[in-house]
Amino acid sequence: MAKKPTKKQEPDTTGHEWDGIQEYNNPLPRWWLWTFYACIVWALWYVVAYPAWPLINEATAGYKGWSTRANVAEEIAEAEAANAEINARLASAELTAIADDAELQGYATSAGAAVYKTWCAQCHGSGAAGAKGYPNLQDDAWLWGGTIEDIHYTVAHGIRNEEDADARYSEMPAFGDLLEPAQIEEVVNYVMSLSGEPQDASLVAAGETVFMDNCAACHGEQAQGDIYQGAPNLSDAIWLYGGDYDTVKYTVVNSRYGVMPPMGGADLSEAEIRAVALYVHQLGGGE
Amino acid sequence: MAILDKHAILEKNVTLLAIFAFLVVTIGGIVQIAPLFWLENTIEDVEGMRPYSPLELTGRDIYVREGCYVCHSQMIRPMRDEVERYGHYSLAAESKYDHPFQWGSKRTGPDLARVGGRYSDEWHVDHLRDPQSVVPESVMPKYGFLENRMIEPEHIEDLLGTHRLVGVPYTEEMIENAKADFNVQVDPFGDTDGLLARYPNAQVRNFDGQPGISEADALIAYLQMLGTLVDFSTFTPVANR
Repeated sequence: MAKKPTKKQEPDTTGHEWDGIQEYNNPLPRWWLWTFYACIVWALWYVVAYPAWPLINEATAGYKGWSTRANVAEEIAEAEAANAEINARLASAELTAIADDAELQGYATSAGAAVYKTWCAQCHGSGAAGAKGYPNLQDDAWLWGGTIEDIHYTVAHGIRNEEDADARYSEMPAFGDLLEPAQIEEVVNYVMSLSGEPQDASLVAAGETVFMDNCAACHGEQAQGDIYQGAPNLSDAIWLYGGDYDTVKYTVVNSRYGVMPPMGGADLSEAEIRAVALYVHQLGGGE
Repeated sequence: MAILDKHAILEKNVTLLAIFAFLVVTIGGIVQIAPLFWLENTIEDVEGMRPYSPLELTGRDIYVREGCYVCHSQMIRPMRDEVERYGHYSLAAESKYDHPFQWGSKRTGPDLARVGGRYSDEWHVDHLRDPQSVVPESVMPKYGFLENRMIEPEHIEDLLGTHRLVGVPYTEEMIENAKADFNVQVDPFGDTDGLLARYPNAQVRNFDGQPGISEADALIAYLQMLGTLVDFSTFTPVANR
């Protein structure tokens, strides 16, 4: 069939004739034909080697035992095994001592940077500068503390979430129900006077009384805040939701309830939590 | 070959050709499609899966209406990079109550198959209102209008009934209580026992933080449950599937 006809010889025709037109029955090109046969052989091998024929409850497995689930599990296990030793060291070391171990600290910050981009950047920003309602992690102001232990705890358990019983928790009352409108105006002016210009300086003195009676218990008499209750420092110019009159008033009237999901549990391993805590700690504001 | 010569009969009779062509396509269909109804890896049963609650189902409809699937997939593929970024790879069972499924085919934004619980409700509100305020590099359009569109569970029984028609196991009781379940899921002080008995692990909160039930409430309720039903700390998928 694959025999090449000599040039002089007229090739056979297919025997069909349409209105006097006949068709040559030339053989297929040899390279094409062999590729065709090779594909058939390859297909037979493929059917035996890989999952192919669907039977009643499952498909034939193939002698190579190929499985996407097994493959990904193996790939992950391989990557974990490669880092197992250093991850174990990271997970068991004294948190405060890691910074002195150059190798561990170097590993933790680069691994932590990857964890940060996946799990934290959506709220705190890819540069960790935060956004309205989501704290800046680069500055020295910390709501719940900026030591490595504090950061580690916050990452692992989150803040005011429902998933983790050990989450950091505190709740500012909505003073709209508790104070007279005039008192709210006074205290807002007092709070603004601590870090800048109040809107109405004549209300500041009265606002101080309101502040001492209602706010100082959590924010402190000097309004320096309290990291044990996540109460922000009101005497600096750093504002989570904004320091203008309207925003401060909104916060006093309605309170705020910022939630951070826990990263512990199913999401991140202890080594990953430590890595990202160390990464955040070394961004500049860590205490 | 005598039998091949008989082919001329088919070529000359268009009705016969159509019948035989249909037969050939039918065999192909049976071989390719029918086994999917019996193969264990496509009908794997997984603990924790339940039909969507009425509010979540409404949120899902809003998700479909707004075309979220055009930019977001809901299918974590079994590859290491995806598993590390998004969590455990998706199982067929996790979309068994999806009509139509939302696997998607393009990721302009991230995969959402396990977005539930990953961000706070407030983040979702901020992000729907102005995605760039929290993710400056995002190209997502703004969906703040959802907060202002209040919704009533007017046709919720019909919606559940329709899903039942295509195979979702909504019970008579679920359909009877659909309106109440819809309303109570945004009311943490309401009587949620019935809702939680019918839809285990349903999250009850005022999702958008504002009075009334808005489309944002429904959508966030849906997003916050995505991928959270199967407990992967107790479930290990069989490797050979």
